[in-house]
Amino acid sequence: MAKLKPLNVNGKRVSVKYDDPQMPLLYALRDDLGLHGPRFGCGLGQCGACTVHIDGVAVRSCITPLATVEAKQKIVTLEGLARGTKLHPLQQAFIDEQAAQCGYCINGMVMQAADLLAKNKKPSEADIKNALANNLCRCGTHVRIVRAVKRAAAA
Amino acid sequence: MNIQISRRDALFGSGALVVSFSLTSALDQATAQAATKPVALTEVDSFLAIDKSGKVTVYSGKVDLGTGVYTALQQIVADELDVPMSRIEMIQGDTLLTPDQGKTWASITIQIGGMQLRQAAAAAHASLVDEAAKKIGIPASELTVADGVISGGGKKVTYAELIGGKSFSIKLDPKQPVKEKDPKDYKLVGKPVARLDIPDKLTGKFTYMQDFRVPGMLHGRVVRPPAIGARLEAVDESSIKDVPGIIKVVRDGDFLGVVAANEWAAICGARELKATWSKAETLPDQAKLWDYVRATKVVKDEVTSNVGNTAEAMGKDDAKTLKATYDFAIHTHGSIGPSCAVAEFKDGKLTSWSASQATHALRGQLAQMFALAPENVRCIYVDGAGCYGRNGHEDAAADAALLAKAVGKPVRAQWSRADEHGWDPKGPPTLIDLRAAMDAAGNVTAWESEFFVPQAGPGLDVPLTAATLAGMPQLPVPFPGNIHQDSAIPYKFASVKTIVRRLETTPFRPSWIRTPGRMQNTYANECFVDELAAAAGVDPLDFRLIYLDPADKRGIELLQRLAQLANWQKRPSPQKSASGSVAKGRGMSYVKYELVRTYVGVVAEVEVDRSTGEIRVPKFYVAHDCGQIINPDGLRNQIEGCVVQTVSRTLIEELEFNRSQVTSLDWDSYPILKFPQVPEIVIDLIDRPAEKPWGAGEPAASVTPSAISNAVFDATGARLRSIPYTPTKVKAAMPGS
Repeated sequence: MAKLKPLNVNGKRVSVKYDDPQMPLLYALRDDLGLHGPRFGCGLGQCGACTVHIDGVAVRSCITPLATVEAKQKIVTLEGLARGTKLHPLQQAFIDEQAAQCGYCINGMVMQAADLLAKNKKPSEADIKNALANNLCRCGTHVRIVRAVKRAAAA
Repeated sequence: MNIQISRRDALFGSGALVVSFSLTSALDQATAQAATKPVALTEVDSFLAIDKSGKVTVYSGKVDLGTGVYTALQQIVADELDVPMSRIEMIQGDTLLTPDQGKTWASITIQIGGMQLRQAAAAAHASLVDEAAKKIGIPASELTVADGVISGGGKKVTYAELIGGKSFSIKLDPKQPVKEKDPKDYKLVGKPVARLDIPDKLTGKFTYMQDFRVPGMLHGRVVRPPAIGARLEAVDESSIKDVPGIIKVVRDGDFLGVVAANEWAAICGARELKATWSKAETLPDQAKLWDYVRATKVVKDEVTSNVGNTAEAMGKDDAKTLKATYDFAIHTHGSIGPSCAVAEFKDGKLTSWSASQATHALRGQLAQMFALAPENVRCIYVDGAGCYGRNGHEDAAADAALLAKAVGKPVRAQWSRADEHGWDPKGPPTLIDLRAAMDAAGNVTAWESEFFVPQAGPGLDVPLTAATLAGMPQLPVPFPGNIHQDSAIPYKFASVKTIVRRLETTPFRPSWIRTPGRMQNTYANECFVDELAAAAGVDPLDFRLIYLDPADKRGIELLQRLAQLANWQKRPSPQKSASGSVAKGRGMSYVKYELVRTYVGVVAEVEVDRSTGEIRVPKFYVAHDCGQIINPDGLRNQIEGCVVQTVSRTLIEELEFNRSQVTSLDWDSYPILKFPQVPEIVIDLIDRPAEKPWGAGEPAASVTPSAISNAVFDATGARLRSIPYTPTKVKAAMPGS
């Protein structure tokens, strides 16, 4: 029998179904809650496509067992980044810089960069590149992504 | 998808059925397939429809693989048809609805697919103006058109009023092209229109293939053999009896998969299922890969250029001869999102949703596999992660179909990272031998090359792994080799002979990865040109200008603009002031793509750490002429992608394998370029609005490896001839090592 787990996702209290407490958070977010922001890329914590925030910190949801997430912790996905209708400065900057090709990695880029900007309001180019070093992009959109993060930091 | 069909009167011809639909509602396949919306390339109605509200629907057989053509193709149609882009909706790659414009490959989406759409729009525009002239009662030449409204003599009529909901019934004939707009009148073509898909990709609203669901759908995972060619001997289904949610273990020959009620159950089931496989060692020893390639039987020689008598020139007493062998590693596509597909069998018909770059070809393959008539298979494109060629999407479609058939319900097949790295078809290993001769004055008198490339079968489709494993029927000998273009060279040496030697086989199921063939061929050619320039003591730019056809003004202008962009200082390579722990150099490369289209010249600046052998590429300059530019920002995005992805392939990437299977199954064992290693890219776009638009998704990639190789030689005197340029290879190539 599937069990229910309460979570706080994008400011809402929800409950997700699970059989296996070791199921990664990613599958609860995508398959149970129907979110499209966090993406399955590797299931190994190597590419960053699945990144979400837990209490403001970027984590790889594909290797975060549901059992380790507490109901009081605030999970934020790409869908919850905007304030009402106003996009997060990073979302706006990525649009303004046209910083996507296929866009599959972009969730991770934005979520990881948001974590960086929360800690470092004026990052250097090297800071940005280092912060995103474990987020992979195969289309080669890197130069635009760096520009977009710089733009958001200046906004 | 709710497809409503109604018989409507044709405006300009005989009656026809027109299909209108909404992407958001459920599929009504049975009704839809009764439709006769044309899909032939010879009908305007195949490409375009205008409804009563004035909405324009564009049907494109070419699909957006993350390259931005969803936007660019709409720019083309909007300009040619005189409608705002906001009034356009575009359907891509649906075999029921869109014309078969061929695979989305080879940098021809704009060049060919876009021009088919432009012709359809021009024909529609002309007919609408003619019809308006009749209605308003003044000559067509005195009418003006803006935003779908035709005006003249104080009167106006809208497209919706003229055609809304009816068919055009106009034939298209490529031999008698319709007159198109004067490029000076374009309002959208040539402008950096923002991509229509990007906002939704930034907010999580976008639906990728991996997000796509249908009602009642189950989740499937495949269990691939532990060795290529291994036979499935036994399956212990009881090994996963305790995994909640498992619905069925599907076994068909050597095909094995698990279907479950939810995704995590499918993952756990596939991971924990105990199966016994036979041993298989079909692969060569990786350490001796190039010996294997050289020993592979040559089944055919293709002479791709033959000028003068190279043997005679090489044999001359005073000839100084040079020879070199280049090799290019096996690469994987490395899509960030592993392949995914959904399939449903209903009433004897198969519907397949996938991110295939070739839904029409896939339909043929799936029809063969399941012994269905092609009209009973519908393949629908849903955007996936970038694929850069034929990766695993089509195989996932076959997996999903096989699983769906076995359980009688729609099934989503999602590959794991290891499935993707291990089982997508690979860019084949390529070996190139080059020889040249120079006279005493340093003039090149002969150029000979041999490219050892897998043969191509009669079909250009990659076999579907599920069909192979299950022993199901497949189209005869589908076996893509690699592409011969750019084996011939743009330089006018006194004698030239270039041969593509077609190999009987290659270790892995081959397919095309961004810039297939042209990348490997251009790499060897442009490195060897640099070798000749160095041997002649001539600056690499001057050397190219000496031998380029003086009538090829665009090529010469491109190189001159490149030199200006990169502030190219003329001198022979290698540089003389080679000292210090980090050597710096610059290298050039040039291509006229397939010798008939897009021109690209690049300069790479590199830094080589002499002690570690590590190469850094801080800066890349690109001069690019693909004729008429549709969207300059989209073009830059593609060029940047070409350079970054190919720097990665050049410096880092190499498939690892043992005698049984691929062993580089994740991003640690098959790493790609990361942010700190990405170069700055400076681009000069040469726009030629009055010329034809040519492709841009590949050409800049073709010149990237050679520019890096030539720059490393310039920096250090070390000539790199084996991709990837790992630190170990760099150190071994250093002079004096």
